[in-house]
Amino acid sequence: MTAPRYPLLIAALSLLVAALFLASLLTGPAGIGPGESLAALFRGDDLLALVMRELRLPRAILGFLVGAALGMAGAVLQGFLRNPLAEPGLIGTSASAALGAVLAIQTGLSATFPLALPLAALAGAALSVLLVLMLAGPRGGALALILAGIAISALAGAATSLVLNLSPNPFAINEIVFWMMGSLADRSMLHVWIAAPFMLLGFALLWPTRRALEALTLGEDAAASSGVHLGRLRLMLVAGIAALIGGATAVAGTVGFVGLVVPHVLRRAVGASPARLVPAAALGGAAVVLAADIAVRRIAPGHDLKLGVLTALVGAPFFLHLILRTRREGL
Amino acid sequence: MLELRALSFHRAGQPVLDGIDLRLGPGEFVGLLGPNGAGKTTLLRAALGLLPARGHSSLAALPVRERARAAAYMPQGREIAWPMPVEALVALGRIAHPHSASAADRAAIERAIAALHLDPLRHRRATELSGGEQARTLIARALAQETPLLIADEPIAGLDPAAQIDVMRLFRRLAGQGHAVLASLHDLGLAARHCTRLVMLHQGRIAADGPPEAVLTAQNLARVFGITAHVAPGPGGILFQPLDTIGGGAP
Repeated sequence: MTAPRYPLLIAALSLLVAALFLASLLTGPAGIGPGESLAALFRGDDLLALVMRELRLPRAILGFLVGAALGMAGAVLQGFLRNPLAEPGLIGTSASAALGAVLAIQTGLSATFPLALPLAALAGAALSVLLVLMLAGPRGGALALILAGIAISALAGAATSLVLNLSPNPFAINEIVFWMMGSLADRSMLHVWIAAPFMLLGFALLWPTRRALEALTLGEDAAASSGVHLGRLRLMLVAGIAALIGGATAVAGTVGFVGLVVPHVLRRAVGASPARLVPAAALGGAAVVLAADIAVRRIAPGHDLKLGVLTALVGAPFFLHLILRTRREGL
Repeated sequence: MLELRALSFHRAGQPVLDGIDLRLGPGEFVGLLGPNGAGKTTLLRAALGLLPARGHSSLAALPVRERARAAAYMPQGREIAWPMPVEALVALGRIAHPHSASAADRAAIERAIAALHLDPLRHRRATELSGGEQARTLIARALAQETPLLIADEPIAGLDPAAQIDVMRLFRRLAGQGHAVLASLHDLGLAARHCTRLVMLHQGRIAADGPPEAVLTAQNLARVFGITAHVAPGPGGILFQPLDTIGGGAP
């Protein structure tokens, strides 16, 4: 039975995340011993303390937040759509947040006002949510939501391409392309303060949907007749995912495959329960992004390997492997 | 338990349900009969408020949470999205009771599992079961909701004969304990034998409503189903055997 295994799984994942968080704090170009580094976090104002507090700590916190957001959003969306191939990008939020950020870079706003980029990304995410809700209609089911999301995704992607296409400034293009690859390098505590409120709001909105997701296993009619308010659920879900993905994209760019692969990998371990998958996938996502962010710094120090490139590069073949295994088992 | 007044639903300008009046009281096991497309599923969904129908339904008028404690529903489409264990699926019935003590939940789940003989399957993944076993799991889920009214859309389709009779007896027993059951059925023989009352639906209207022997008349069967049948009183209920289609076989 899965009952005693579940708390064990959550405890193991929590330990893993804590260990990776520490490892992330201890990873960097400045070759300093672990004890000295950690002590510097709580010490005065010398250079090492500054490095730890202003560079490594925000990077580790953002890695945790972005990963948890991607994993949780993926688990919730898969549960809601009852489709293991769903991911946050599917309802158009990622693409729209990216478009907002791209516009901020292109117009030069981000150069004059550093907060413009994350704020524009959040605005893009929020706008996409409103559009999807309008397109899907008040009683629109999962299919209407997916179709509306695909349309928004395509539109935002095309608009981003248009900006690149017409951009007279090669430096802006360069910056846009690198930003879209996703990275946690050179982020400050300011980024944490921008993203954290939105992400906390997202976590708070999605956490109570677990019971409803569980009920949706048997379809929308069965869920509605067992007390799930589908309209309210949809609203909480879309707003929560927009807050999480908007916040994550605003500070880290687009990091792919975490929201798709992490819930998929953990599903079996939680006995396929969509409610139990939510916290597990949040922890799993945090572990994956923290690990990937350590890897980009270790594999190619000085080359600024992008986080999103690594997650897709490792994630895609791994996902293919999962599909092949699933096919062999005839599931 | 359930009161429908002038319930109507139109789809693309066509009436699917047309002025349905129906009252269900405790102790009744009502079989909802009708040929394909008569509006059985639409009637059940509209009664629950899952469709925006016109007219009055006492269930649809309730807030969502209260409705879940008044009626359980087993939909016709037997959707099971994730490979969850049978026991966990049955436990989904308790979502309607968020404030219930876990011991009460446990007891309700055990009663439902025992009633549908699911004990040997309880740790199996539901998606790996046969269609009939899945149907029994979903009936158990609705049962675990422990509501005064149980609404089921073709609950016995795809079950083996023994399981069909078991489920019909179970529903009758529930009615005997003061619950009410409303189930759409295609097996007229089982409906005739086990239901306390039959409601025959024809083109979105109620064509007949009453005890089985009063509904399953030669005239009603010819008009609604286009069949002839042999209906006779027998030991332990009516015996019903369809004989032929009217108009000489296939249309």
